[in-house]
Amino acid sequence: MLRPRIIPCLLIQDSGLVKTVKFKDPKYVGDPINAVKIFNEKEADELIVIDIDASAHDREPDYQKIAYLASECRMPLCYGGGVRTAEQAKRIIALGVEKVAISSAALANPALISEIAAEIGRQSVVVVLDHKQRLLGKTQDVWTHNGTRNTKRSVIDVALEMEKLGAGEIVINSIDNDGKMKGYDVALAAQLREALTVPLTVLGGGGSLDDMHKVVTACGVVGVAAGSFFVFKGPYRAVLISYPTAQQKRDSIYSALQGRR
Amino acid sequence: MITIIDYGLGNIQAFVNVYKRLHIPVTVATSADQLAGASKLILPGVGAFDHAMQRLNASGLRQTLDDMILGQGIPVLGICVGMQMLADSSDEGVLPGLGWIPGRVRNFHSMPESSELALPHMGWNDVLPASGSPLFQGQQEGWLFYFLHSYFFECIEPEHIAATATYGASFSCSVASKNVYGVQFHPEKSHHCGVALLKNFAEL
Repeated sequence: MLRPRIIPCLLIQDSGLVKTVKFKDPKYVGDPINAVKIFNEKEADELIVIDIDASAHDREPDYQKIAYLASECRMPLCYGGGVRTAEQAKRIIALGVEKVAISSAALANPALISEIAAEIGRQSVVVVLDHKQRLLGKTQDVWTHNGTRNTKRSVIDVALEMEKLGAGEIVINSIDNDGKMKGYDVALAAQLREALTVPLTVLGGGGSLDDMHKVVTACGVVGVAAGSFFVFKGPYRAVLISYPTAQQKRDSIYSALQGRR
Repeated sequence: MITIIDYGLGNIQAFVNVYKRLHIPVTVATSADQLAGASKLILPGVGAFDHAMQRLNASGLRQTLDDMILGQGIPVLGICVGMQMLADSSDEGVLPGLGWIPGRVRNFHSMPESSELALPHMGWNDVLPASGSPLFQGQQEGWLFYFLHSYFFECIEPEHIAATATYGASFSCSVASKNVYGVQFHPEKSHHCGVALLKNFAEL
């Protein structure tokens, strides 16, 4: 049985691991390599690592750091941040990264997705769409540059366009739910799962195994990613890196697949 | 010595890391003379089939690999697209494969049972070894591996199927014929199951 992927998403700023709330107030939570080592021991399904400064500051990806991360990482790794050309994507893949995430650059230049897919294969092309509810409306707009620029385009339209252009996976990330740990935008996830034919990963708002269970109940086999849930513990948000055991994943998340179809 | 064939594709470093942790001697070969002394070969691969074949054909390694694998019988393990390259041909491209195990690489959407499923087949899936498969020994709790692919190896001879997995339909996710082995999944990124399989290959 193909399992839902339970994915820690790590944000990097100034070489440190941080966690934001609604894309703001980054709190330092530790050393990225140390976190990777813990997730190795816990046998995490996959890791997403995003350098949140690279695109916002118009900076090249830090290839040396990516190489180090990739060499320490014993699970599939998706890197994002500052990727604007097919050449950069190819270089990152050659460092031992399985997937490259594109966000701002995909919105600015959609043809880039086709170019990157031709270079590294579409299975390695991930498009991350940060979305936020439009004021006085239900539409979820796609935002770029760490949630500072509104493209005013609906996340569903953009996701379908990116899939058509050659994205191998779509990650949706709710800005409104980021860091809140109060649950995912399940309705949007279900709508996208229905519309897309490539794998979908849902990020933003995960605070418990039960939140993940709800996503899988609604969407079936998808990726379920989280930041805070894997780095904080308890009501005071003490930093403690954790990951569910195989047994917990079976009992609390995969169990949602029973009774579907 | 385990030798990883470096023709510019695949996660070479991940294999090196696994074998180093196991204290099994490992090296990387980018030229024909660096292949000398290999007791086992690993053929990684990612991306499109034709691109991978082009790279390997242009690497200057092809003749030496044919001699070592077909002539001397040195064991080789193809990974992901590296496994697909062992076939005669692929639906994904027009170039001939290595033809070391008879078969054709097919797209999941060509099978009725899998035509509606999301592609690529991405994530962790159960692998059921055929009885006696030497790569799949010594694991009590079942085999779980990470997959990332849209095409699969369709064997002509059923006895070449070393393991199957299910995505819509059952498909051969590992093949073996004499000294030629292939796995569709990524053992280098599959935690303890992957380490066990790579160790088994080293100890063949």
